[in-house]
Amino acid sequence: MSGTKRETGFTFTIDGVEVKATAGMTIMEAADEAGVYIPRLCDHEGLRHQGSCRVCTVKAGGRSVAACTQPAAPGQSVENETPHLTKMRRDLVEMLFHEGNHLCPICEASGNCELQAMAYRLDMTEATRFPYLEPCRSLDASHPDIALDTNRCISCGRCIRASQDVDGKGVFGYVGRGIHRRVAVNGENLADTDAEATDHAISREVCPVGCIIRKRVGFAVPIGEREFDHGLIGHEIEEKRK
Amino acid sequence: MSELPKARVATASLAGCFGCHMAILDIDERLIELMKLVDVDRSPLTDKKRFTERCDIGIIEGGCCNEENVHVLHDFRRNCDVLIALGQCAIMGGLPAMRNAIMHSDAPLRECLDEAYITGKYIRNTTHNVPNDPALPLLLDEVYPCSQVVEIDYQIPGCAPSGDIIFDTLLKLLTGKFRGFEGDMIRFD
Amino acid sequence: MDNGYTAANGKRGPSCDVSPVPDGEIEDICSTYGNDKHRMLDILREVQDRYRCIAPATMDRIAAATDLTRIEVEGVASFYSFLSLTPKGRVTIRLCDDIVDRYAGVADVVSVFEEVLGVSLGETTADGAFSLEYTPCIGMCDQAPAAMVNDVVLTKLTPESARQAAEALKAGQTPEMIVSNRFDELSPRERVLAMVDNNTRHAGEVLLGPVPEEAGLTNALKMTPAQIFTTIEDSGLRGCGGAGFTTGRKWRFAASERAEKHFVICNADEGEPGTFKDRVLLTERPHLLIEGMTIAARAAGAREGILYLRGEYAYMRAYLEQVLEERRRRNLLGEAILGQKNFSFDIRIQMGAGAYVCGEEGALISSCEGLPGEPKTRPPFPVNRGYLGYPTVVNNVETFCHAARILDRGAAWFNAMGMEGSHGTKLFSVCGDCLNPGIYELPYGHTVRELLAMVGGLEAAAVQIGGPSGVMIGRDSFHRRLTFDDLATGGAIIVFSGERNILEIVDYYMSFFVHESCGYCTPCRVGNVFLQKAIGKFRSGHANPEDIEYLKDLSATIIETSRCGLGMTSPNPILSTLLNFPLVYSATSRPSKDGIRDTFDIQSAIDSARKIAKRRSYIFDKDFTQ
Repeated sequence: MSGTKRETGFTFTIDGVEVKATAGMTIMEAADEAGVYIPRLCDHEGLRHQGSCRVCTVKAGGRSVAACTQPAAPGQSVENETPHLTKMRRDLVEMLFHEGNHLCPICEASGNCELQAMAYRLDMTEATRFPYLEPCRSLDASHPDIALDTNRCISCGRCIRASQDVDGKGVFGYVGRGIHRRVAVNGENLADTDAEATDHAISREVCPVGCIIRKRVGFAVPIGEREFDHGLIGHEIEEKRK
Repeated sequence: MSELPKARVATASLAGCFGCHMAILDIDERLIELMKLVDVDRSPLTDKKRFTERCDIGIIEGGCCNEENVHVLHDFRRNCDVLIALGQCAIMGGLPAMRNAIMHSDAPLRECLDEAYITGKYIRNTTHNVPNDPALPLLLDEVYPCSQVVEIDYQIPGCAPSGDIIFDTLLKLLTGKFRGFEGDMIRFD
Repeated sequence: MDNGYTAANGKRGPSCDVSPVPDGEIEDICSTYGNDKHRMLDILREVQDRYRCIAPATMDRIAAATDLTRIEVEGVASFYSFLSLTPKGRVTIRLCDDIVDRYAGVADVVSVFEEVLGVSLGETTADGAFSLEYTPCIGMCDQAPAAMVNDVVLTKLTPESARQAAEALKAGQTPEMIVSNRFDELSPRERVLAMVDNNTRHAGEVLLGPVPEEAGLTNALKMTPAQIFTTIEDSGLRGCGGAGFTTGRKWRFAASERAEKHFVICNADEGEPGTFKDRVLLTERPHLLIEGMTIAARAAGAREGILYLRGEYAYMRAYLEQVLEERRRRNLLGEAILGQKNFSFDIRIQMGAGAYVCGEEGALISSCEGLPGEPKTRPPFPVNRGYLGYPTVVNNVETFCHAARILDRGAAWFNAMGMEGSHGTKLFSVCGDCLNPGIYELPYGHTVRELLAMVGGLEAAAVQIGGPSGVMIGRDSFHRRLTFDDLATGGAIIVFSGERNILEIVDYYMSFFVHESCGYCTPCRVGNVFLQKAIGKFRSGHANPEDIEYLKDLSATIIETSRCGLGMTSPNPILSTLLNFPLVYSATSRPSKDGIRDTFDIQSAIDSARKIAKRRSYIFDKDFTQ
């Protein structure tokens, strides 16, 4: 996406802010470069776009679309942080909280968790109307260096793509359908796979929640110094514009 | 501000660890400021076991794991104009609610009690019995967040919530200025 | 329907490795399909048929043969309802549990099977002989209750006929023998007709009336592709699967895309509960369908086509294969069709394996590619980059049949039928509480009341138009018209009498969507479970008036943020009944008193503790005495 083909460049607006793009760019890619943050969970820098969490839903030309997969169009006016879209996104984040078993107070990822940070950003503080599904999910501590607590998995699939596309391995994949669809490992358990603690898929930045855990390194950073103790999720992108 | 009549506040700790009440003390010296605005009615802080009169604000720590919790929560809802769920247990069940997810057998409560008192790996219970004194309240089939039992007006998140967010929220509610939380004040841990 | 979460708990069922598959057999199956990962669904179906389960060790071997990882194979094997990671019986009986079948008494039929075969619903007998389970609509609502016994379809079941069937199976007879004791001697077409009635109640001018052989194709071969699109566009033909996209434009878009290959796919995955029109076309007009596909191939420049046949219609497969073979013999398929040197086209049948979502264009293509049936990200659209990345025309069975007729009789003839914006005829599959369930081919534009008069359903209190993803209307809307602009439908019309419980129907439809959501996107995967639970609260009298707003609000989020048509329409049963039957909801909800939620049931919450402690509640048992 470098600016070599200047002739294909165009502009569009997000919440009134003019944003530059080139042909083939998604709305989110253009927004990120311009310092406009669009909330997202399943999308992650350097990985294929998937468009499954739907948290990046924006209104483009009057239609609701996923910003991470929708190509930017010249002259289009895109709505991002409107009360309506923030409400939709809050509903989606709340669905993810209620689908699994998310107990922030006992989670290693607390403070570094993107799901939690998204709830902060979207102000998920009102009494819930959604039921808790409280599924019974497995723990996999078979691997010497890595543990999986799938209670916290939000099915974003970032580990799947990181393992396939970056590590060239295929440690993870989706199985099942509907509410039973989940991320599983390529074998009986994780020890059965060729996963290593040094894989990109296992790194802290890939799993947005506390599902993929590197053993012996939990709770290393004190409260107050964790990633989202320093600012709302997305602030690095927004600071580009300031 | 001192012109305002004092508000009556009540508090209770249900299925929680009392940490949220401890966190109220984290308000520190600002408690003096707060006490100029409120009288505390029924509360573990005053050791009053019953409401002496109707309250403006009720603050609930903890979710509902037994019948007594439900009873107390009902009593608070009936006697308080505004009910606040304080902390993750009151808001979403918290750690006590872990039993909801880990027990998926046909008799989850039985299994839970057996593991807690008899079969658990680290149990040293020489009686080999599950406590069953008539004074013990009956447990609920699962742990419920307060909002599933009564209507909750406000929630203050955290485990425990910081003294700052409790003070700030109460002060704003008492002076009619609460418009939601600042994004950087919200914490679920 | 199964909506519990135990399946996700990571527990493993009994392994199927009791008798290991002999060396080489799995590899043979894979090599039949060229070890092609895109044929994974065929490979897995064959493994399932032969060994009755897809075991972990088997998946390892399939993965090795097709150059995939095991988790990729497992992803496909665990997606489709008719594939199983745990062993199924040698005979698997799948009873259709559609709402129409329920009202027709399927529960009594289930009891008989359970009793005679000694197996509970959802289980397999210890000797591995029989499995008994429910499956969503199998497309036989006009002859409910119905069941699939392996690939054989049994219809109009009664407790008596079920007992005969079960006893015959138990005595070792094959499912085919239940249909006819001279099943082996029947032709493929006779077999289909022996199993399932067509129930054609009204033949229209276009599809079910007299149809001359290959007249459309003969004309098309004399035309340029551009003339073909123009004819189809001028006719006003729109897709008959439900979405109603203009067919001629779709063909034109695909043809104008420069690519090494183009594909034509027929969507014969009609899974919308209450729909069975394609079943009748596939039985009665298979040549017309293939003719239509061939014309589309001619127009779009495709050499290869796929007929995606839903797994529930496996009983027709041999017949359709025979039709294709006959057409190859008559040079209507294959190289240089009817002597045109530059026109070759052939079709393979892709069997589905039990997944409603595969009726969605992108999911259908994913399924043809050997992947889980998940919709694809749009754009690109299938006409630009579809099957294996090539421009692809996907149309419904009925649409292809119409196209063939339009090429025969001309655009003006077709355009003159129906109404502005909704031209030609449409097949309506009518079932439920009416005297004459079956297929009605009618021009667009009839009112619901006119249709009800034809089918003997004027007593109806509610009519579901277009299946669960459509709308439910009441008597005050029976004047509305069956057109794209008023009441659009893929063809399903389900009639409900005043005795039916609207909330039960809505609950069933929501359980259907929960079961059939692919799970790719959050709102559809999770939101539909929440909706179904909320309907459960209304049914059990535990709903607040605020829950009505909650239903609307949650539905709006699901519709707006879902990735494909399934999630965009799944709240429709709720929204249309809230609109047209509001009393059903207000009458079953009750407000909280003093802010205390009636919906929290303290008695049931302390019941298990009462039993364990063997004492009553000092607080909540009113009659408590020490």
